[in-house]
Amino acid sequence: MIMYKYICIIFFSFGFVNAQGLVSGTVYGDNPDNPLPGASVYWFDSQIGTVSDIDGYFSIQKLASTDKLIISYVGYKTDTLTVRGAQRITHVLQSKENEDLDEVVVSQRKKSSQLSFLSTQNIMNVSSDELLKAACCNLSESFETNPAIDVNFDNAITGVKQVQMMGLPSPYLLFTEENIPFVRGASQVYGLSFTPGTWVESLQITKGAGSVINGYESMTGQINAELKKPMTSERLFLNLFRSFEGRNELNFHTKGSFSEKLTTSLFAHYNEIVERNDSNADGFMDMPQSQQINVLSRIQYVDLQKGWVSFFNLRFLHDDKLLGQVDFDPKAHKNTSSVWGSEINTKRYESTLKIGYVFPQLPYQSFGAQFAYSDHDQQSYFGLRPYDIRHKSSYANLLFNSILSNTSQKFKVGLQFASDQYSETVEGTQLNHKDQSIGTFFEYSYDSLEKFNMVLGLRFDYHNNIGAFVTPRAHIRYAFSDASTVRFSMGSGRRVAAVFAENQKLFTSGRSINVPNLQHHHFGLLPERAWNYGVSYLRSLQIDTVPINLNIDLFRTEFVNQVVVDWETLGQVSFYNLSGNSFANSVQLGMDARLFRLIDTRLAYKYYDVQTDYKTGRMQKPLQPKHRYFFNAGYVGDKWRMDATYQFTGKQRIPSTLLDPNGFESDPFGLINTQLTYLPKPNLELYIGAENLNDFRQDNPIQSFDQPFSSFFDSSLVYAPVYGQMMYIGMRYSL
Amino acid sequence: MKSLFYVILFCFPVLTFAQKEPTKTDKALIEVLGNCKMCKSRIEKAAIGVKGVKYASWDIQSGQLQLIYNGLKTNVDSIEKQIAAVGHDTEHHAAIEKVYDQLPACCQYVREGQDPKPGQIMKH
Repeated sequence: MIMYKYICIIFFSFGFVNAQGLVSGTVYGDNPDNPLPGASVYWFDSQIGTVSDIDGYFSIQKLASTDKLIISYVGYKTDTLTVRGAQRITHVLQSKENEDLDEVVVSQRKKSSQLSFLSTQNIMNVSSDELLKAACCNLSESFETNPAIDVNFDNAITGVKQVQMMGLPSPYLLFTEENIPFVRGASQVYGLSFTPGTWVESLQITKGAGSVINGYESMTGQINAELKKPMTSERLFLNLFRSFEGRNELNFHTKGSFSEKLTTSLFAHYNEIVERNDSNADGFMDMPQSQQINVLSRIQYVDLQKGWVSFFNLRFLHDDKLLGQVDFDPKAHKNTSSVWGSEINTKRYESTLKIGYVFPQLPYQSFGAQFAYSDHDQQSYFGLRPYDIRHKSSYANLLFNSILSNTSQKFKVGLQFASDQYSETVEGTQLNHKDQSIGTFFEYSYDSLEKFNMVLGLRFDYHNNIGAFVTPRAHIRYAFSDASTVRFSMGSGRRVAAVFAENQKLFTSGRSINVPNLQHHHFGLLPERAWNYGVSYLRSLQIDTVPINLNIDLFRTEFVNQVVVDWETLGQVSFYNLSGNSFANSVQLGMDARLFRLIDTRLAYKYYDVQTDYKTGRMQKPLQPKHRYFFNAGYVGDKWRMDATYQFTGKQRIPSTLLDPNGFESDPFGLINTQLTYLPKPNLELYIGAENLNDFRQDNPIQSFDQPFSSFFDSSLVYAPVYGQMMYIGMRYSL
Repeated sequence: MKSLFYVILFCFPVLTFAQKEPTKTDKALIEVLGNCKMCKSRIEKAAIGVKGVKYASWDIQSGQLQLIYNGLKTNVDSIEKQIAAVGHDTEHHAAIEKVYDQLPACCQYVREGQDPKPGQIMKH
């Protein structure tokens, strides 16, 4: 009986060996005219080997246990080949002397921000190199070298900048941090200044409807910020910054590895503006005196074998601002009408957990879960107008990715839950508001692997204040060739406006607030709803040795309902539901070129036509230039980096003021920002720069600044820089 | 005679096990000759184009093509044939000369049993 078993085994293994067959071939040294006799040819991890003959020829039985064939010869580099069955091999060994020569590295510097030819959506990826161009300091300032985003001045007293896309301000643009919505509700106005630029690894700017998986709120586009990951971030990073008008910044990053799978990192940020500057002599500080402590701790867990990836973030922010008249002393002047002043104190806690699982056997299938909680608490007063807001937000998103028949047809399906709880005190009136929604989404993407791509998304949500609704979104890409791509997109978005939180600049004015009905649920304001349509064309060409990219974007956003914010009447601000039309049309023409293989240049022209039917008739949106030009040139070398941006802002319509009751048109102006970086060592960067180098200032940014407690006092009509030229120096050190 | 019966009896389950029933998610790793990123997209596209192939990923360094396919609908041999049809030699199927010759210059990989021509990319 035992013998039969052996017979079986022998019989079987014989068949096996036979099936493997004979591997033969010739070994050459350096070139195919030089056969190598006596080269060792053997199977990895085995005793089975042979030596090549006088013609470099060898033959060897294929082993079942391994497919790694090793070929070696004295004076040559040893090579390992993968051999899966009987075959003839022609192999050229490289001699060791040539080691330095046998690898020709073909390198091309990647552009720091690039429009994608391949993705279905109109996405611009902005790397951390681009973010460095604006050395200062947080997300709201990092878009100044990017033409897709406009940075506007929001307020002459708070120093806040507002980000716009397609002529519409940031609430209509969805911000996500690692795909979790942020800069919403209470953090809408100051939120971008709560993420230091050095924390950001890259930004993805999507123009148009965007994906359904991050929610139903985006109308004009999405901006996603990827933060530095513990595993890939610097072991140690230090950034010191000082501007001559008294702004200091400190960034410190460090990390620790517990095992190959578990890494943690700590990102700490501190900034302060110590001096009280009043460059235009109106008695008001041009920017607040402020102090911010911002700490983020991250834990990353990765188990590639089992397919798990997880991130846990914990974040704490404390931001204090003091603004108003230069002589303002909160102890003496708070709640009095002697000196106008304001304090904004914000505390924010935030925690997120992300878990991702890729099925190890099925690389195209994955599962993801995201959970986020934040508690935002702002206590503030503006002159005699107190405003407090507390916003607690919970968010959960479950996502499953897989394919239909093959990887050219993928789908994503998931569930989302969001809850926002607001409690506000607006000039003594306590307002509580709760938004809750639960939704499910499905996104199908088709990739012909060549010319045609399509992403179709649909979500179905139930919201306690909107009801049940459907959000469709579609993106189509067609490539005429490798160098020419056209994209179409359309989709809808809805949101419930947090009117006071989003329009906090009304408090730094004497304007009285009008809402349809203060007693009514959400003051009688209806949820906002808009459609967005877009076409873009991207083409690359080469003139001589100069590679050029051209792009044209046409987008239209059309509101079905909008909470109209009406600044037209002197001394008042009114919120009401849209009756009639409201739309934003935008055109962007862009050209990128790399000159002399060294200098990246980018030229853009933008045209905006943003009109709304106000109670007083159809008008262009105030403080919105129709024309903008943008030019950026940058040089990146080993030792030196240089960057300069010129931005031209056309005429803007300014609503009624005391001096010009019918409103007026602002003068067009241009701004130059520039930066120079020197790297004495690869890990040490010293930089110097200037913002508003040409020192352009708005003459009287604050209306009735001499009567700050009157109803005509207004700091919201700002169309140009309040502060003039700003110079800064800094250093970055990393290990 | 009786002993032969035992031999067959013993070998049968071993052999059927070795043969393996096709499943909806069969996996295979096959060698495909090629050089560059252009080859990669051509090879993967040809493989995905075969009905029943769910996933194809070709590694430029090793020349290994990772496949996940529905074994009830297709098999490695048909996939290899399709890849050879677009110009890339596999273990069991070689591309016809005419198709190989029409590949772009960077995709002119060194074929089995042929000496490398000047300027051709050598892989080891």
